[in-house]
Amino acid sequence: MNKYSLALGALLTLSAGGAMAAGTLVFCSEGSPAGFDPARYTTGTDFDASAETVFNRLTEFVRGETGIRPALAEKWAVTPDGLTYTFTLRKGVKFHTTPYFKPTRDFNADDVVFTFQRLIDKNHPFNKAAPAQYPYVTDMGMDTNIAAVEKVDPYTVRFKLKAVDAAFLQNLAMSFSSVQSAEYASQLLKTNKAGLINTQPIGTGPFVFKSYQKDAVIRFDANPSYWRKDELKLDKLIFAITPDASVRYQKLQKGECHVMAYPRPADLKGMQSNPQLQVPQQAGFNLGWVSYNTKRKPFDKLEVRQALDMAINKKAIIQAVYAGAGQLATNPMPPTQWSYNKSLKDAPYDVNKAKALLKKAGAEKLTLSLWAMPVQRPYNPNAKLMAEMIQADWAKIGVNAKIVTYEWGEYIKRAKAGEDDTMLIGWSGDNGDPDNWLGVNLGCSAVGGNNYAQWCNKEFDDLIVKARTLTSQAERTKLYEQAQVIFKREIPFTPVAHSTVYMPMSKKVEGYKISPLALHSFYGVSLK
Amino acid sequence: MIQFLLKRIGVVIPTFLGITVLAFALIHMIPGDPVLVMLGERNIDPVYYREAMHRMGLDLPLWQQYVNYLGRLLHGDLGTSLISQTPVLEEFRALFPATLELSLAAMVFAVVFGLAAGIMAAVKRGTVVDHTVMGAALTGYSMPIFWWGLILIMLVSVHLGWTPVSGRLDIEYDIAPVTGLMLIDTLISGEPGAFASALEHLILPAIVLGTIPLAVIARMTRSAMLEVLREDYIRTARAKGLSRSRVILKHALRNALMPVVTVIGLQVGTMLAGAVLTETIFSWPGIGKWLIDAIGRRDYPVVQGGILLVASMIILVNLLVDLLYGVINPRIRHAR
Repeated sequence: MNKYSLALGALLTLSAGGAMAAGTLVFCSEGSPAGFDPARYTTGTDFDASAETVFNRLTEFVRGETGIRPALAEKWAVTPDGLTYTFTLRKGVKFHTTPYFKPTRDFNADDVVFTFQRLIDKNHPFNKAAPAQYPYVTDMGMDTNIAAVEKVDPYTVRFKLKAVDAAFLQNLAMSFSSVQSAEYASQLLKTNKAGLINTQPIGTGPFVFKSYQKDAVIRFDANPSYWRKDELKLDKLIFAITPDASVRYQKLQKGECHVMAYPRPADLKGMQSNPQLQVPQQAGFNLGWVSYNTKRKPFDKLEVRQALDMAINKKAIIQAVYAGAGQLATNPMPPTQWSYNKSLKDAPYDVNKAKALLKKAGAEKLTLSLWAMPVQRPYNPNAKLMAEMIQADWAKIGVNAKIVTYEWGEYIKRAKAGEDDTMLIGWSGDNGDPDNWLGVNLGCSAVGGNNYAQWCNKEFDDLIVKARTLTSQAERTKLYEQAQVIFKREIPFTPVAHSTVYMPMSKKVEGYKISPLALHSFYGVSLK
Repeated sequence: MIQFLLKRIGVVIPTFLGITVLAFALIHMIPGDPVLVMLGERNIDPVYYREAMHRMGLDLPLWQQYVNYLGRLLHGDLGTSLISQTPVLEEFRALFPATLELSLAAMVFAVVFGLAAGIMAAVKRGTVVDHTVMGAALTGYSMPIFWWGLILIMLVSVHLGWTPVSGRLDIEYDIAPVTGLMLIDTLISGEPGAFASALEHLILPAIVLGTIPLAVIARMTRSAMLEVLREDYIRTARAKGLSRSRVILKHALRNALMPVVTVIGLQVGTMLAGAVLTETIFSWPGIGKWLIDAIGRRDYPVVQGGILLVASMIILVNLLVDLLYGVINPRIRHAR
């Protein structure tokens, strides 16, 4: 090393960053949010930066769980027919004060009415001024099912539904239900700047939006007047946007961030042996599966589905595809979902029996298409590899699988139209309700939609339709457990794995809880 | 000179038109659309889908979409991002300075070290120095950018602790963009330490992005120099008793620069392509990352506008290079 490089090194070391402000948590996030109006978007990257920081909802998910707790609504009452929900709102909740908005009043019923009217009424003045789509609201059926949102008094709001929706309270905890300020919206309308709702957010949440530089950094300050004071333990929260997982890890090692999202499975060992880091983990609230098109021959025959199912070596897939960071799946929902039926077991791996079943069904020397997604998904990090492994497994029972893939949008479109024989797909839970698994992916009404198996079984469907109309969790659990037994008997798809979620972070971080819903929240988190 | 400029500008117009067609056709040829990409495996209501496509103007026949796009373009409107709903030009203005700063730094690095290495190799032809420099240049040229970036981060940032891992500035500095060029903005802000921080952040990405152009420039300089060094006038200069350095730098280098300048101009395109990877590794908020995200999300206006703006930059640089020839070589100036 010559004197010049030494001098350069010295210069760089001398000027290396000053101390970070105490109580400033830096989160190495994976990408830039498209905007800060949560209702317009569908991905965790968008929700983390807005719904989990700036906003609150009427109900909210308990940290690290799928159950809900009161938030902006202190309590609620449901009429016996399950069609009317009356919410009593929390008093003394303040909207954020920022250079672009100074609230003159506390949060009240007007804000709730504005929030939901905007989402369900296409002709709402705000939608005229700032045209936007709310895809998740539509996807969850909220726009068509909410008949009315009414202000009863300044702190009471009534929702009338067209049909009973047992998951309604859960849906209100979802990011798209984030409560906006009606006063801010009217200020934006008056100044003809309605579009700013997506770039300069105002909410009641734990953190106040400060600034955003695309692909670089998002800054938040703690909300000094936050209504849930005990959960606010940071002064500042910074998202350092770092798209590459290896670089996020290097930054974490060097102390440039405290928490990182989405580690590479290959880096986990190194992380776990690093004394500066902790790597909490949790079973992901997701499921990857192999779907059988039950409308096509010979997959309409139970024996064929049974044979294909028992010939898949799931353990090998979890080792190779998930690099060990996955859990073997047996049910059509993850084990952390309430109503998960613990008594169900997979059929044992048995090549001879599988061959016999195919012979019985008259489907020996079967040739089929096996579709593999072109993209990495939370429930399946490498669909191509998984397809190749299943192809090899099926070859052992004399089945010739041809792997097919399409561009992602095209893949979904064709799959919904039932053009596949068998395919890889999966799901990440939205709202912690069992119907979000069984109804969305297996219900008769979902055929042509997310029911990729095109499977409509009356016995199964009656159970889940009935469960949807009940409000008692115990009663619903019974029905869902029965439905899972029918699923396991009929095998419209083979559940393969739930990926494990890891959150590598500095040992200085305390109180972080991994969200099963793949959100990253920093209220209740502190730094040692 | 003016005639030459007009002639060149005359060529630029059809080039632009060609780029608009190409950018439009390419992005529309990729299957899928923004709505489907956004929803992924989620269910989609056909009415909602039709409305969303209509709102974005994507339900019109392709030719009509193209004509509308061209019409807006003539009015200076590059469109609005379908995803963020921000004007394309505004996003470009916010992100381009980062790419510009990185590319300029990488170019300075490549030109300074590339010329020096090339001259050294030519002068010491056939020696260990020549072989080492050319071997290193070949290695640099073949280096996968992603791997090279990660190796440098691990070694220089994490192991030696000399530079930060990624980003443009230490996180504790919150400096509002004025020019968008961080080195200048940090100076304007007057915050102590901010300029040094910006400089530190620039070093590794500039080295990574500049490595391939450096290798190309070094090889080109060497071969051009070798040719010139054989010329009679060099021998004459030496015979006149001029110093070795004066012969090399004044007589030889000036004449060897022509092909080198051409190569430097061409490297601008290579650099913008390399910026995509470099920006991803170093979390550098520039246009490379922006365009890749837009392609992934099928954000048509951003892809079309972005490609057009980047192409304009390349055309502009090539025009400048052409003009520079005249400055370097008076014979070309007269020939026009």
